[in-house]
Amino acid sequence: MKNSRLGSWLTIVLGAAYFLIPLIATVEFSLRMKRGEYSLEAYRVVLTDPRFQATFGYSTLIALATIVVGVLLVVPTAYWVQLRLPRWRPVVEFVTLLPLVIPPIVLVFGFLRLYNSSSWLPLTGSARGTDVLLTLGYATLALPYMYRAVDTGLRAIDIRTLTQAAESLGASWPTILFRVILPNVRVAVLSGAFLTFAIVIGEFTIASLLNAPAFGPYLQLIGANRAYEPSALAIIAFMITWACMGLIQVVGRGANRYRAAR
Amino acid sequence: MTQQAQTSTFPAGQVPRLPGMSFAWLGIVPFMIFAVMFLIAPAAILVVGAFQDQTGAFTLENIVNLFQPSIMSAYWISIQVSTASALIGALIGFFLAYAAVSGGLPQSVRATLMTFSGVASNFAGVPLAFAFLATLGRTGLVTTLLVKYAGFNIYSTGFNLLSFWGLVITYLYFQIPLMILIITPALDGIKKDWAEAASTLGASRLEYWRYVAFPILWPSLMGTMLLLFANAFGAIATAYALTGSSLNIAPILLYAQIRGDVLHNPHLGYALAFGMIVITGLSNGLYIWLRGRSERWLR
Repeated sequence: MKNSRLGSWLTIVLGAAYFLIPLIATVEFSLRMKRGEYSLEAYRVVLTDPRFQATFGYSTLIALATIVVGVLLVVPTAYWVQLRLPRWRPVVEFVTLLPLVIPPIVLVFGFLRLYNSSSWLPLTGSARGTDVLLTLGYATLALPYMYRAVDTGLRAIDIRTLTQAAESLGASWPTILFRVILPNVRVAVLSGAFLTFAIVIGEFTIASLLNAPAFGPYLQLIGANRAYEPSALAIIAFMITWACMGLIQVVGRGANRYRAAR
Repeated sequence: MTQQAQTSTFPAGQVPRLPGMSFAWLGIVPFMIFAVMFLIAPAAILVVGAFQDQTGAFTLENIVNLFQPSIMSAYWISIQVSTASALIGALIGFFLAYAAVSGGLPQSVRATLMTFSGVASNFAGVPLAFAFLATLGRTGLVTTLLVKYAGFNIYSTGFNLLSFWGLVITYLYFQIPLMILIITPALDGIKKDWAEAASTLGASRLEYWRYVAFPILWPSLMGTMLLLFANAFGAIATAYALTGSSLNIAPILLYAQIRGDVLHNPHLGYALAFGMIVITGLSNGLYIWLRGRSERWLR
């Protein structure tokens, strides 16, 4: 038994080495910009680059818009399917899994054919149209994760009783959805939202092919032209992903504590 | 937002009590419109285009033309990279998950592993390429440390980060964590009693794995491997940032085609996209089927 525990430790240590060494190397590399000393110069250069600020701000806004679109699309649909259309569940679930089957590169190829500047809905013809198309494209990328999170959240509460109680008090459908159902699944919605943010913020393929002024294409451009800044950017991106996943755990734990306290 | 407009036209109390004929399906119309416009139609128009010639008439020529060496080699390298990273990722991920679940390690190891896997499985794309360039690139930390302290230059062995194995090693950074996240619940489903029951009946540890644990786990294992395969197959950002267009994999070829019609035939481009959908579709379809099988035991 002692032997197998040693083996387990060895496995974990080797695994940890594979995952930690690239992070350590990236941090070390990002500090080397000034010759002969470690400095935060690369971070200073990146963070004060106006293009960094512009593209990061743009991608943050698109990510927030994606989250709003995703919530408005997924919460009512998942609620309605559970309450009234259980027979449609397989169809809706199948659709939410499609983004895993259709790679983003294929999706955006289709966008460019359907919504190019000479089509019936010329979304790529204008900057605003591109923003809309990018947001909706990202909403599809996030769909599998958002839907699963919300669907699981809805299963954990008794939506039938909540709906009937709200109805008997004379609540309208918007009231039921946004003041009864949504607050009850806020942990699930927040989890989906943070995951969406993590997926979308540095996305490259769709943004690049739509020529959007987004963070992902900026990362690629810096990577092709600079030496130390890419490492600083990689560390920043890793911290954002880490923060999103950490926040998911924090809101989840907060909910459990709340439930336990009741 | 149209959702409320449609559903609230019914008096609230009446809607749930209409038997048979009902308009409840109207509630998912906004979702379905979204799905058709931004998911199904974009894929469908490419599939249709793959079977059309320049004049719009039906043809199989584009599909036949996919079998020219330059396109076939792009698919083939993609399939090899995806298969290698899926197999190795699944193997390493399985051992890591197994060590954390049943290796007798403190609970905190498992919690840390799961949290980290959640982060790493989402740490993909361009920044991941940067991290590996800083590690195993020509001036990367590991490369230079090995030269300095071991007198060993990995680049003299023919290794290159901007190559097949470089890409596989990089992809493992999100493949292994994904495997851990998916296989851990399956490993939790393996009851301790089964191992005890098997050993009471005189089974050796090997026989237990051969006849009990593995047959229960294999649908999850196979299924997850297929998911990892599709995950790597559709990925482009990491490969593009790492190798530019020097490694000819299918998504990068498609990217170049969208950017500048490098195949000199738009419809061949649609066929290329169609081929990618077929491959990811097959592996995901098999995954869903296998997951259905594994859920029978692992409750």
